[in-house]
Amino acid sequence: MYEFPAKLTFHIGSYIDRIVDWLTVHWAGFFGAVKSGLLWVFVHLNDFLTWVPWWYFILVIFLLACQFKSIGSGILYSSFLFLIGMFGLWEATMYTLTIVISSVVITIMIGIPLGIIMASNNRFETFIKPLLDAMQTMPSFVYLIPGIFFFGLGLVPGVLSTIIYALPPIMRLTNLAIRGVPEEVVEAGLSFGPSKWQLLIKVQIPQALPTIMTGVNQTTMMALAMVVVASMVGVEGLGLEVLSALNRIDVAQGFEAGISIVFIAIIMDRLTLAISNRTQSRARKERN
Amino acid sequence: MMSKLEINSVSKIYGPHPTKIVPYLEEDLTKEEIFQKTGHTVGIRNVSFEVKEGEIFVIMGLSGSGKSTLIRCINMLHEPTDGKVLVDGEDITAYSPRQLKKFRQRKIAMVFQHFGLFNHRTVAENVGYGLEIRKISAKERAEIIHKRIESVGLKGWENKYPDELSGGMQQRVGLARALANDPDILLMDEPFSALDPLIRREMQQELLELQQRLKKTIIFITHDVNEAFKLGNRVAVMKNGEVEQIGSPIEILRKPANTYIEAFVKEIDRSKIFQVRHMMMDPQAVIQLWDDLETAIDKINASGCSELYVVNEEEKIQGILSLDDALHGLEGGKDLRQIIKDDYEKVAKNVYIQNLLEQSIKSFYPLAVVENERLIGVLPQNRILESLV
Ligand SMILES: Nc1ncnc2c1ncn2[C@@H]1O[C@H](COP(=O)(O)OP(=O)(O)O)[C@@H](O)[C@H]1O
Ligand SMILES: [Mg+2]
Repeated sequence: MYEFPAKLTFHIGSYIDRIVDWLTVHWAGFFGAVKSGLLWVFVHLNDFLTWVPWWYFILVIFLLACQFKSIGSGILYSSFLFLIGMFGLWEATMYTLTIVISSVVITIMIGIPLGIIMASNNRFETFIKPLLDAMQTMPSFVYLIPGIFFFGLGLVPGVLSTIIYALPPIMRLTNLAIRGVPEEVVEAGLSFGPSKWQLLIKVQIPQALPTIMTGVNQTTMMALAMVVVASMVGVEGLGLEVLSALNRIDVAQGFEAGISIVFIAIIMDRLTLAISNRTQSRARKERN
Repeated sequence: MMSKLEINSVSKIYGPHPTKIVPYLEEDLTKEEIFQKTGHTVGIRNVSFEVKEGEIFVIMGLSGSGKSTLIRCINMLHEPTDGKVLVDGEDITAYSPRQLKKFRQRKIAMVFQHFGLFNHRTVAENVGYGLEIRKISAKERAEIIHKRIESVGLKGWENKYPDELSGGMQQRVGLARALANDPDILLMDEPFSALDPLIRREMQQELLELQQRLKKTIIFITHDVNEAFKLGNRVAVMKNGEVEQIGSPIEILRKPANTYIEAFVKEIDRSKIFQVRHMMMDPQAVIQLWDDLETAIDKINASGCSELYVVNEEEKIQGILSLDDALHGLEGGKDLRQIIKDDYEKVAKNVYIQNLLEQSIKSFYPLAVVENERLIGVLPQNRILESLV
């Protein structure tokens, strides 16, 4: 009486399974192309980052911080990186950075154009907005599922789910940014008879850039968070260090890997924010 | 002559199904009633007028009266729901997107209330925007930018960003940007409303000077009556999306079409609008230099005035003769030439009333309006006072 009748069953899983099977067979070419494309980007970037000497990397971050923030931040960030090296996590960090950077670049390349389409097409916006909302409320590890379906375990599903996870904020903010350009400015732009493309390139995107840069910053932070979660499907790097420490209940290793992730997060967050702020207030700076 | 711009019963309705509302406009319904019935807002309603080449045509009305809607129909930033907009005889509402682009690139430009500047571009880059759109070469662009920036007095500010400039200077950038493509028609939507009164007056003066040189066809919007009457060759007064009256400032002041306009123009400073020529009277009677004193006295008596001006055979003014002086002179057996006085005041016909108040107080006689020393009219003090109220 109080329990759900056991005979009343319906399983959707088997149908999904069949669809996925069908897709993997008939779209094999497509998935193969995605896979080799992602791998190509990833391998080259990782080769580069591990080829760069550690001290050179730290120097570059130090100089960037001095240029865009302050010497104090430069010293802080370099000591963070130095500590990571002493923890013995340098390679894992470079691996994580590779995934984050390649996912962010790909996310931006997909997300900004989609955001622009959203801004210029009301129908597309009303269609896609609930989807984006839903995507942002889902727990991040759910994004691993479609990746596993099509690519199994490893790097590629990790990067793919990172991209999908980090896509909503950049799309949303690009859309908002372009719609938020003051009407009079858009009218002024239009009144000179530009093509849609000219208006976009010369007026709308430059005017929206400050907000879009906020989106880039958010995307970066989300990508970093996701890369850690992606260790669950076997992505190496700092995330995996944390995961294996958890499995072994190794507090020492877990702490070191965890704090390294925090260090990287702080450096990426502050540095991307500072760089985008600086490019926006170029006018004011030139006056001083 | 064909008019430069002809607005032909243009209406603009805002809402989900604007064209369905057009029939309602024929009916005797107010803007509010139409909104309550249909949920659509009437922006402008059945507006018609013509603008001649080289004219400054001012559209005046309170906030919400449809001025911005109307001016945006002239470059199709808003598409009219009904009616035609003819520029040089071509209906621009029927233009293809391509024709419209070309029209905006060549023929028409706009200046905005809050300047509408691109704050990511320098002053020079703002001014060059329209030229970039037309794909003018960088070298030619630099020349035009230089010329335009100089003509609005912004030399030396080329590489600043808009947020480093004062409001007045920002609007100069807006003006220079609009003029860069050398358009025939200049649309100005409350261009000086956001400026301080002092700067505003300065900009008005400069616009008039610029117009002397450039001779554009200007559609100028304002909610300020004094600004409208100062700048406009003709003025259209709008209310609730409809045009209430069109005419020159003098015509509107002399014959307001209804009590609404009467109230509108009440606070205007007429002495800045009226010139001597608007208020002067024909010299109904003058004394000729060769008249004898009896004739002169007869003429003065017949005119009902207490004095008359004396002219020579070329109608050039020689002096003034009062009835008293004439009677005394007659008793003393004197000649006309001996007793006429020259303590009268001369004015030209284009002087604004506000500039001759002092002169008129000094003078005992009606002012003599002269052109090349010839007497063409007289302006009694009471007429001057009349023009002020
Ligand atoms: N985009 C719009 N959508 C809906 N209603 C509008 C829009 N633009 C203007 N209106 C309405 O049209 C009327 C005229 O507005 P507007 O042309 O801006 O007047 P003005 O420039 O004289 O202040 C107002 O009632 C206003 O609310
Ligand atoms: Mg307005």
